[in-house]
Amino acid sequence: MQTETNKPRQETVTEDLGIEPVSPKREIWRRLKKDKVAVAGGCILIIVVLLSVLAPFLTSYDPNAVNTAARLQPPGSPGHLLGTDHLGRDMLTRLLYGGRISVAIGFAAVAIAMFFGILIGLLTGYYKGLLDALSMRFIDILMAFPYVLLAIAIIAALGPGLLNAMIAISIVGIPYYARIVRGTVLSLREQEYIEAQKALGSSDLRILFKHILPNALSPIIVAATLDVGWMIIAASGMSFLGLGAQPPMAEWGVMLSGGKDFLRVAPHISLLPGMAIFIVVLSFNLLGDGLRDALDPRLKQ
Amino acid sequence: MLKYTIKRLLALIPVLIGVSILVFLILHLTPGDPALIMLGPKATKPALEALRHQLGLDLPLYKQYFQWIANILKGDWGRSIQLKREVLPLVLTRFKATAILTVFAAFVAVTFGLLAGIVSATKQYSLWDRLLMFLALVGFCLPVFWLGLVLQVFFGLKLGWLPVSGMSPPGQAGLGSVFKFLILPGFSLAVGTMAEIARMTRSSMLEVIRQDYIRTARAKGLTERVVTYSHALRNALIPVVTVVGMQIGFLLSGAVLVEIIFAWPGIGSLMVNGILARDFPLVQGTILFVATIYVFVNLVVDLIYALLDPRISYN
Repeated sequence: MQTETNKPRQETVTEDLGIEPVSPKREIWRRLKKDKVAVAGGCILIIVVLLSVLAPFLTSYDPNAVNTAARLQPPGSPGHLLGTDHLGRDMLTRLLYGGRISVAIGFAAVAIAMFFGILIGLLTGYYKGLLDALSMRFIDILMAFPYVLLAIAIIAALGPGLLNAMIAISIVGIPYYARIVRGTVLSLREQEYIEAQKALGSSDLRILFKHILPNALSPIIVAATLDVGWMIIAASGMSFLGLGAQPPMAEWGVMLSGGKDFLRVAPHISLLPGMAIFIVVLSFNLLGDGLRDALDPRLKQ
Repeated sequence: MLKYTIKRLLALIPVLIGVSILVFLILHLTPGDPALIMLGPKATKPALEALRHQLGLDLPLYKQYFQWIANILKGDWGRSIQLKREVLPLVLTRFKATAILTVFAAFVAVTFGLLAGIVSATKQYSLWDRLLMFLALVGFCLPVFWLGLVLQVFFGLKLGWLPVSGMSPPGQAGLGSVFKFLILPGFSLAVGTMAEIARMTRSSMLEVIRQDYIRTARAKGLTERVVTYSHALRNALIPVVTVVGMQIGFLLSGAVLVEIIFAWPGIGSLMVNGILARDFPLVQGTILFVATIYVFVNLVVDLIYALLDPRISYN
């Protein structure tokens, strides 16, 4: 049994002050939980993901089943909680199934952009030299295009379609991640703990992934959270233009565009998918802002 | 400053060359035969050969690029396959409409964004502050194509106050008649940027207001109005200019969507229709043009930034 005297000195001190040592992860989680707005954003996102994943169990309609007898029903019609579209398809069903595509595209596009961005940022920042100079010039050129325009240019080459649109918006995102990571790596590589690792004989790979990347993660996590929302807007925007997902697919941008000709008689066909996009993007923003404050409380105003 | 300007201008050359190579490659990264894609499966063999020759597809890649860029510099931007017209004059006419739309949207966004930001910052945590920042958050997250449709339905179709689409009444093209047509697309495009500017102005103002020189200005007995507008705002504007610069890309991108919704005869709708029709000369021309304009606009923003903030080193 331990007595007061043989406890390590440090513990006694913190105990006296009533402070318990906490891991950084737990501290971030604690700060995030206190941010009610961010929690609300996170909860809405979880609900949206659950609703889209469970879509087949929540509705008995087929998202693509045309029923001309029940065209343009307003929201609240019997059997169709959110009404039907111009082809008599159940709006609620299409919104739920559309969520699967839009949210999946958002996450996938961010994952692809992040993967290549991190890789490029790590390598160019760590090795510098010709590779760095060339990559940075190339990134300058990519960034010389307005974001959506670059995506449109890539789709112009690959041809319209859901997959191509996703590839296009992912490529557009790569330079941003590469820049964030490269900047952090450049400042970290000169620090003493990295030098110490080198002296200990750690391989470059180990230094990059075990000692540098974890320190570059917080800005990436914040950027990625905010980005999923923007990617969803970009992907549905492409579909709206006819460059992304194609009708009759139940995708939010396609639905919005399909309702364009019926704005006078049945505005809900276009307005509901737009609201879905808005709610999801807003939630990602609330969560992202909360994460930023939790990861770096100094930035909080 | 002159030296800095010249240096920045020279630095644009490699970027513009890179941009032109990327735009050139659009045609060549296309899976399949571009001539066949453009003319469709019913095209005759001689027609395909003629188009391949017209596009220079029978030459080695580097020769094709030099021929293409030489023509671009000479003002020969090729012919649109679908519209059967020269690309450059088409692009120039259509860009005028896009420029009117984006400049108007930028003006609206900066005016109202700054105003909202200043009110929010000077009355921090008041009801106004909360309301404005809530609206800014909403405006920030609204997809521009959805907002455009909502405004179109409400003000155009339901209330009938403003024209639903187009740029001018048939047969008229005066600036006065264009203005009525400009309001809905202009505001739809402006809202996102307005929200971003309002948020940035608020946080930038709040940071400046806490500084010592503002306290000194107040202590001197200057009125709150003078302190806010001539002391605080001037320094608070510097980060706002950066945001405005970054938002220009956003406005040009959003313009593509807004033009489609409101049938605004700009370069964005020309581009999208070109892609859907697989009209490569037209697509390349529109993208090259907008990217070039964007590069120069960004340069101007950087120069303004350097003028505003003498601390930026020109080296």
